[in-house]
Amino acid sequence: MTRVLEVSDLHKSFGGITAVDGVSFHVEQGEILGIIGPNGCGKSTLFNCILGQLKPSRGEVKLDGEVVTGLKPHEINRRGVSRTFQLLQVFPQLSVRENLILAGQEHQGGMLSRLVGPRDAGLGDVAEQMIGFFNLGHLADEMAGGLSYGQQKLLDAAMAFMGGPRLVLLDEPAGGVNLTMLADLKQRLAAINAEQGATFVVIEHNMDFVMSLCTRVLVLAEGRVLAEGTPAEVRADANVIAAYLGH
Amino acid sequence: MTGPRATTRTLWPWLIGLAGLVVLLVLPLGLARYGLYILSMWAVMTIAAIGLNLTLGYAGQVSLAQGAFVGIGAYAGAIATTNGLPFIAGLALAIVLCFVVGWLLGYPALRVQHHYLAFITLAFSTLAFLVFRNEEWLTKGIYGITDVPRPRIFGLSTDGPLAFYYFCLASLGLVSLATWWLIRSPWGRAFVALRENPVRALSLGVDTRRYTLIAFALGSVLGGIAGALYAPLVEFVDPTPFTLTLSFNLLMMVIVGGSGFFFGPFLGALISVLLPEWLRFAHGYYLMLYAIFVMALLAWSPTGILGIVQKLIADRRTRRASATRAAATATFTAEKSS
Ligand SMILES: Nc1ncnc2c1ncn2[C@@H]1O[C@H](COP(=O)(O)OP(=O)(O)OP(=O)(O)O)[C@@H](O)[C@H]1O
Ligand SMILES: [Mg+2]
Repeated sequence: MTRVLEVSDLHKSFGGITAVDGVSFHVEQGEILGIIGPNGCGKSTLFNCILGQLKPSRGEVKLDGEVVTGLKPHEINRRGVSRTFQLLQVFPQLSVRENLILAGQEHQGGMLSRLVGPRDAGLGDVAEQMIGFFNLGHLADEMAGGLSYGQQKLLDAAMAFMGGPRLVLLDEPAGGVNLTMLADLKQRLAAINAEQGATFVVIEHNMDFVMSLCTRVLVLAEGRVLAEGTPAEVRADANVIAAYLGH
Repeated sequence: MTGPRATTRTLWPWLIGLAGLVVLLVLPLGLARYGLYILSMWAVMTIAAIGLNLTLGYAGQVSLAQGAFVGIGAYAGAIATTNGLPFIAGLALAIVLCFVVGWLLGYPALRVQHHYLAFITLAFSTLAFLVFRNEEWLTKGIYGITDVPRPRIFGLSTDGPLAFYYFCLASLGLVSLATWWLIRSPWGRAFVALRENPVRALSLGVDTRRYTLIAFALGSVLGGIAGALYAPLVEFVDPTPFTLTLSFNLLMMVIVGGSGFFFGPFLGALISVLLPEWLRFAHGYYLMLYAIFVMALLAWSPTGILGIVQKLIADRRTRRASATRAAATATFTAEKSS
């Protein structure tokens, strides 16, 4: 087993608030790691520090054993790591297809070929497959801004896969998505994981979603790792029950 | 069902473009010298506005410096050609100069956005004007550079107003084709991403820094090309046309026509260049009328005239779609009840 991602002693403070307070964990190739924890415990901040959106105050992030702390988000993305944000982020004035092509185009060829090469950066077929896979077929040429919230959320997730990533970090993919679509999404993530061996880290408040999808769960509380283990272990952990599951 | 709809959607702009082209080719044959001058000015200003539309409309970077780039291009062209160099050399100089200066002006945009960026580009505009006026050894200051020659193209003289008009029109045609290609390429998509959500774009591997600088540089280059044509059109270059007013005018052209629409600058420049002629009867009041028109337009449609057109088309499409749906439901209920 290879360690795709390794985070050691990561700290991040904003003025007086310490949002992430010495977090260490790792993710093995092909795993689906769930991250749970109360609101404001630093989950999104942890993602932002791993992916270069924020500069950690201390600590180190390694991808495949290589230190990437301090790299820019697009540089980390080009090393095969993609993400979704907690708040929905699609490009409303581009069509669904254009959103998907955009999401992959910077992984194709060089700067010049993106100017003089094909319009779809050679991603037409891949985008078509992704549209089919995420059930967006009838919406392919609609502006993303005109889609329903749930549909945009699916598109948002689909975009994360366009660059053929090895590691995908999803921040609350299930937030605001209805039950049928949620089951759909879970099934698709599991399929991509099984078929392409993509590794996932998923932040989620929906316990059923986390417990049924993830192979391992990390519990954060107040910026620290409270517990770690299989879904069953975490569920049984006295600390977790006291601090988070609570009922 | 999407088939025919998609074709009409993509066909319309082409038909209108073609009709416009025919008018632009035939109309000038019946025009006098002044009419040709006005039309040539329209072509030149459209090129500059297309550049600003690239930077502002597509890539979302506010700039109040496009007029300064027209000035840089005009001086580059005028200085080169009055010193015996061919037009093409002046044009190349304008392009290179504007690319480099535009690229450098892009750096502040990496740090600040919106009105802060507007202020920085505005300051640059003022700086450029002062250079045009004060650096007499280079620009001849307020006396200006006289007798800027008109180019020979493939051995043909463009001295006459009709020939020069066709030369401007051909240049506009080339610039339009290149821009059309650019905005439909992955670069164009990245520009829009920059405008709509730079944070998300960055997380998808889009090097937003580089694309911002490119957007500024390319937009400025088009300003420079417009300038290199402006100089031989007017045959005289002095600092007065290149004050902030020109930058504001170009901004108005882009916004009135429809920022982020390919044909926006064509329309905006047409209104800006022709309106003073049409409103001649209003004498000194024409600027007031123009100002009132712009205020009313933007209050009604912040996306300019083409924004209105797009909304009308979208409304009609929705109406037609709901009519089809209503008809389908009616048939369905009729079939069920029979
Ligand atoms: N840019 C910022 N500036 C200042 N404080 C911040 C910033 N981002 C996050 N914080 C603070 O850091 C703490 C952790 O926030 P974070 O968004 O990481 O929580 P979270 O675990 O993702 O919560 P949720 O489950 O609600 O999404 C919070 O107290 C928050 O107010
Ligand atoms: Mg969060």
